[in-house]
Amino acid sequence: MSFARTIQIVALLSAASLAAQAAPVQETIKVGLVAEFSGPFARYGTQMHNGIKAYMKQHGDTVAGKKVEIIVRDTTGASPDIAKRLAQELITRDKVDFLAGFGLTPNALAVAPLATEAKKPMIVMNAASSIITTKSPYIARFSMTLPQVSEPIAVWSAKNGIRRVYTIVSDYAPGIDAESAFIKSFTASGGEVVGSVRVPLKNPDFAPFVQRAKDAKPEAVFIFVPAGEQGIAFVKAFSERGLREAGIKLIGPGDVVDDDVLEAMGDPTLGIVTTHHYSAAHDSPENKAFRRAYAEVTDGSSRPNFMAVAGYDGIAAIYQVAAKLGGKIDADRAMSLLKGLKLNSPRGPIQIDPETRDIVQTVYVRRVERQGGGLYNVEFDKFADVKDPGK
Amino acid sequence: MFATLAGVLFDGVAYGSLLFLISIGLSVTLGLMNFINLAHGAFAMLGGYVCTMAMARLGVPFLATLPLAFVAAAAVGAALEPLLYRRLYRASPLDQVLFSFGLTLMSVAAATYVWGSGQQAVRLPRFLLGQVQFLGLDLGVYRLFLIGVVAATMLGLLSLVTGTRFGAQIRACVDNAQASAGLGINVNRVFGVSFALGSGLAGLGGALAIDVLGLDPTFPLKYLVYFLLVVVVGGAGSLAGTLIASIVVGIFDVAGKYYVPAIGAFVIYGLMLVLLLLFPGGLRRSWR
Amino acid sequence: MIRPPASILWLPNAQWRPAEIAFWLTAVAALFALPGRLMLASQVLIAGLFALSLDLILGYAGIVSLGQAAMFGAGAYTAGLLARHGWGEPISGLLAGGAVAAAIAFATSFVAVRGRDLTRLLVTLGIGLLLYEAANRAASVTGGVDGLGDVHLRNVLGLFPFDLEGRTAYVYSLIVVFLVFCVARLIVRSPFGLSLRGIRDGAARMLAIGSPVRLRLIAIYTIAGGVAGIAGALLAQTTQFVGLEVLGFERSADCVIMVVLGGAGWLYGALIGAAVFVIARDVLSGINPVYWQFWLGLLLVVVVLFARGGVTLGLASLSRLLRAREK
Repeated sequence: MSFARTIQIVALLSAASLAAQAAPVQETIKVGLVAEFSGPFARYGTQMHNGIKAYMKQHGDTVAGKKVEIIVRDTTGASPDIAKRLAQELITRDKVDFLAGFGLTPNALAVAPLATEAKKPMIVMNAASSIITTKSPYIARFSMTLPQVSEPIAVWSAKNGIRRVYTIVSDYAPGIDAESAFIKSFTASGGEVVGSVRVPLKNPDFAPFVQRAKDAKPEAVFIFVPAGEQGIAFVKAFSERGLREAGIKLIGPGDVVDDDVLEAMGDPTLGIVTTHHYSAAHDSPENKAFRRAYAEVTDGSSRPNFMAVAGYDGIAAIYQVAAKLGGKIDADRAMSLLKGLKLNSPRGPIQIDPETRDIVQTVYVRRVERQGGGLYNVEFDKFADVKDPGK
Repeated sequence: MFATLAGVLFDGVAYGSLLFLISIGLSVTLGLMNFINLAHGAFAMLGGYVCTMAMARLGVPFLATLPLAFVAAAAVGAALEPLLYRRLYRASPLDQVLFSFGLTLMSVAAATYVWGSGQQAVRLPRFLLGQVQFLGLDLGVYRLFLIGVVAATMLGLLSLVTGTRFGAQIRACVDNAQASAGLGINVNRVFGVSFALGSGLAGLGGALAIDVLGLDPTFPLKYLVYFLLVVVVGGAGSLAGTLIASIVVGIFDVAGKYYVPAIGAFVIYGLMLVLLLLFPGGLRRSWR
Repeated sequence: MIRPPASILWLPNAQWRPAEIAFWLTAVAALFALPGRLMLASQVLIAGLFALSLDLILGYAGIVSLGQAAMFGAGAYTAGLLARHGWGEPISGLLAGGAVAAAIAFATSFVAVRGRDLTRLLVTLGIGLLLYEAANRAASVTGGVDGLGDVHLRNVLGLFPFDLEGRTAYVYSLIVVFLVFCVARLIVRSPFGLSLRGIRDGAARMLAIGSPVRLRLIAIYTIAGGVAGIAGALLAQTTQFVGLEVLGFERSADCVIMVVLGGAGWLYGALIGAAVFVIARDVLSGINPVYWQFWLGLLLVVVVLFARGGVTLGLASLSRLLRAREK
């Protein structure tokens, strides 16, 4: 233990014992991580938490003289009622300074009014529906929005000779966001949407929907499903039904070829073009350092994906805010610091829009290729400084 | 138009065959022992996990895992029947429901603990992948294989039931267990073997279903409604009734999702209520 | 001494036993003793009321239903939608929820009460699933998977706002549950309630003595539906949110387990079963959701196998010891 550290602790302890007579002083900065750690979306919370751990491995677990404590709560899936209760308990019982996480839109939407009522900054690390940041002035988003990552693929497809597209999305807010943004942009570029269908979020069975798409004879199928297992199931149905042999391409935002499961999906994914804000194969020093730290905090078997990087950037922002506020977290001051915040993320440069508190970032066009012995989303084009077109 | 209809029918028949394979055991349990076994799907799940484990850990080729899945599930069924189920044949329906639901929860929790909550993938052999052209239709090879396996099983079951002495004993017990015991038939043995056979078939169905229905720890709960529906509507203890009900349910489910995706699963539940109201006793036909 | 005629509403020996009074005083004390856990305590009360509604048809009338959540969810969505679209008055919202749920119960009672156990099981299950899908599809109204938010409630009785700590919610829930409980208590101790027990134990015999079995079953099914709707409306109002799972199979199944664990056929059994279930789930799920599922399953298996005559009799013999004082 270093000398400076010892002095810090002694000072803190004396301050605490003095203050203990009066009001209790928070020795730690508590961050309540509300995310999915079990059930069909179990990887979401895990990736976010790993991203946070990677940052804390690189930068230590104290800031402004206080320890940063991550309190983890499992929503078990798309369960807005559970998410709301967990957040309420984090606020009233654990007295957290920040709410963070939120892998799924329904969960984020349920917690938003609590953030407003209790005045707690809410750092959204995955949920991607446009409307989320409008639900509370205390929300700042570090992930992406579906319109933000869906519009670029519409533009790219129209420019690259794709005229007829069939859209398939999951039937919930992010899916509807993706569908509307894509259709709007694609038809504005002169393309034709030959059919649209929405798949139920829970227990989807893709076979009939993929068959419908095939029978409509499009040039490409635009797909959005929540990243992970549903992506696997969809690509399997896609290849099984012979759409590839029929010459139909697969396009969409990058969720379907999520880094977390890409390797497991195998060769049927080769050649799929998507647009997204993060690829594990992104070539930058920040990303290399991130991947090293990530490997250290996990057993090295998994890759970081876009949720991990959002967790990483989210906690980085919390550290910055805490440092600037000297460890005393006041919600309104925290939000004013978050507005306009810039970071050199492993994904590229990002900024929090001061008006909408939503993320502004570069969206890359990538193709699935074999690189260094594994399957990766290799970036070959980009759209810089993309704001959320949904607002 | 007809091409798509034929395609939908084909998919529906394939799906229905799978349902039949898994549900026939439940039909036996209900018809023979009058026991509502909500845990039946757990046997199918077990077969599925045995298949993926054998392929992943032991490198067993897919086709060879199928008999393994059957045997494993049958063995567990053979063990549990005298140990647990037999004590509750005379219990009230509510008790049977609670007991089997409890077993289901235990199996779901155990599966989550051992294999995690994720979906299991199965690498099918190359010759079962892809599609074949037949009369202008693209038919999935794997689905053809499914229909083939189930057809063969159905024939096997038919010959068992009609052609063997054991089959005659089963039929006797379905009709009247007490009288059968009076005639010297070892009713307990019939129950035990039938339960094991039904569980084994469910396990086989579960292994075959991985590619079509997916496999994760919530499998027994996800498809419970389908199995119950097929058995109740088809008539417990009836081979032909269960088959017909399975095909009907399979076709309606696929057709519903294809033609009216906006309504989707609605169709199946609506069908369920209609069929239950029209045929409260099931499509009555005795075990042939 | 001339005994007054026994009316349909009141039977002798309907006074409150000391144990009952102690039970309700404990519930009031929780308000002061558990300041940080009032949200959980409210959940316990709401689950208790829901279990009570199922006990009325399961324990007293012998109808095994796997779809009671249909009425619960109907009440929740009614109250939630009213509040979302401007009608934020809590008590009227509560009654509206109960009324809509009772209407749905009445409409479905004709199919739900006929047939034997397995058919009834599947029919009630099917109705529950159908309503779930309907709410899922009508996402523009119900919010679908995303849930129904923006449920803004005005102050209870114009005086008490719903606070973050959950105090108002708890007191509100407690009073509602207590009042409905009193009504249920009246019902089960009335001649109508006794006739239900007769139907449960032998419907054919009841028909033989001229009792209108089907009408009675429809009546209790509707009443139970209304109670479930009130419980659902309470949930929507106290959490200011309605998720799709209020109509789900899991909620129906959990309710059956709560009733059975506490002892069917005994009103306090429903409340106690719900309390034990919700608290145990909170504790065990917090450690690991898998543990909760496993031990619950094991408990069900063990209780059915070893409680002689099954769960209902096994635990009822325990409750009979307590009830013996009441008789």
